[in-house]
Amino acid sequence: MKILVVDDEADVQPLFLQRFRKEIRSNEIEFSFAQSGEEALHYLHEKQSEVVLILSDINMPGMSGIELLTHIREDFDTPPPPVVMMITAYGDEENHRQAMEKGANDFLTKPLDFTLLKEKLKTFTEQ
Amino acid sequence: MHIFLFIAIFLLLRRIIKVIKFTPLRARWSSVLNIASGVMWLVFYLNAQEVKEPYDMLVSVVFLAGVLYYFKKNPDFDMMRFYIESHYPLVIVTFIDVIAEIFFSDFVDKHEVIFVMAILLSFSWIFVRWASSKKQEEEFRAINQQNVILDKLVAERTAELTKQKDELQEAVKLLQTTQQQLIQSEKLASLGELTAGIAHEIQNPLNFVNNFSEVSMELIDEMGEELAKGDTEEVMAIANDIKQNLEKIRHHGKRADGIVKGMLQHSRSSSDVQEPTNVNNLADEYLRLAYHGLRAKDKSFNAELVTHFDDALPLIKIVPQDVGRVLLNMFNNAFYAVQQKQKKGIVGFKPTVEVSTVKIGQFLEIKVKDNGIGIPEEIKDKILQPFFTTKPTGQGTGLGLSLSYDIIVKAHGGQIDIDSVEGEFTAFIIKLPL
Repeated sequence: MKILVVDDEADVQPLFLQRFRKEIRSNEIEFSFAQSGEEALHYLHEKQSEVVLILSDINMPGMSGIELLTHIREDFDTPPPPVVMMITAYGDEENHRQAMEKGANDFLTKPLDFTLLKEKLKTFTEQ
Repeated sequence: MHIFLFIAIFLLLRRIIKVIKFTPLRARWSSVLNIASGVMWLVFYLNAQEVKEPYDMLVSVVFLAGVLYYFKKNPDFDMMRFYIESHYPLVIVTFIDVIAEIFFSDFVDKHEVIFVMAILLSFSWIFVRWASSKKQEEEFRAINQQNVILDKLVAERTAELTKQKDELQEAVKLLQTTQQQLIQSEKLASLGELTAGIAHEIQNPLNFVNNFSEVSMELIDEMGEELAKGDTEEVMAIANDIKQNLEKIRHHGKRADGIVKGMLQHSRSSSDVQEPTNVNNLADEYLRLAYHGLRAKDKSFNAELVTHFDDALPLIKIVPQDVGRVLLNMFNNAFYAVQQKQKKGIVGFKPTVEVSTVKIGQFLEIKVKDNGIGIPEEIKDKILQPFFTTKPTGQGTGLGLSLSYDIIVKAHGGQIDIDSVEGEFTAFIIKLPL
């Protein structure tokens, strides 16, 4: 399963790679990273079919996570549509409502609970 | 003829009595002078009865001269000197007459009219002088009175002015205290705006610290497992990861530390200590704080941040928290301007805030540009004034730009220029001397 992680913080990359060390080694999960909404869209245009799940931060300079979500739902709606999980440091109602309205599959708050994330990923892969 | 001399003496005594009537001299002199008047008439009587012509005249003139000499010598009668001196011609003329009668009686008899005329003239002279001295005295008194009134007025005015000066000084002191308080509250207000930004900025590194330490613990467990398996290569890889993680923990810890330090610096009363500062770092730090501060308040807000930093910029001696406050203020204004424009719902509008630094000659230039609502022409010259704000009540103190002006122009000898087209863009250009 290929997961695209979108976050403007570069250190998210080693964190994910280490947190999912076992999964990566056993080839269960493969990660790609993008540091902005624009980069993520660019990546999706190239390799849309490979990406099964997208984890995106909401608060990023330039294109926000919500905007990225809107683009994904508009431009990449060929079935099966990718699962999109939104992540934000501001875990408030407004962000949650907006994300769900724009078609997010799930909503997570920072700091990320990786155990919870792993469980969620499991449910999505089982589906 | 000697009667004239006695009349003169009598009038002189009377007048002196009259003049000193309302002065402290009266108590000392009035009885003496009254006795003198009586004595005078006694002398006159005896002189008329017992002394033969022309010696009666001699007695009279000596008596007059004696009285004049006495008054002249006494400093109590200095103010009457002018009047006393007016008797001199009478004394001199009478004396000449007496001498002439004694030694040249024939000559005198022949020209008696001239002598009589001379005595009468010098007698009248006394009255002429008296009249004019009286007039002078009145004028003098009037002037004196005016002087007294003027002195009093001047004293009153002086007291009034002194009082006003004291009041003004008090007011100035009060104003200075208020100004200090206002500056402090403006700092606190901007700190308040910053709080959300700061919270976000600190939360991120803290998350990394927590995450990397957690993942490192997991890695150590895994390392144990690999060791048991005997996979040395994998153990080495894990150890390397752990080392990297520790490095990351340190990095993010320092990042949070820097933010807290910056926050403390910002809220602290300005120490006015200039220190070599990297303006690029300062601008970048405050740009992020301002952005996250606004984002925390308005979640839907998003803007593109563009930075053009001149890497060859030298360190510059400034008070970093003061200039930081200016930058923060300008970023806040820039974000506010693009936010207002975004609310108008213009199609295709992409909020952009741009900060650039460059060295031009002996100046370092920091430019903060936004593509927001711009500044209307009619308020351009007002925006640096204290308390001027276009923001709704409660959203701006109106002191931000005025304080910025004080910090850049007055404290750092720099310059602030404003370039703006309403509805298009606004650019604040700060120039700091190297």
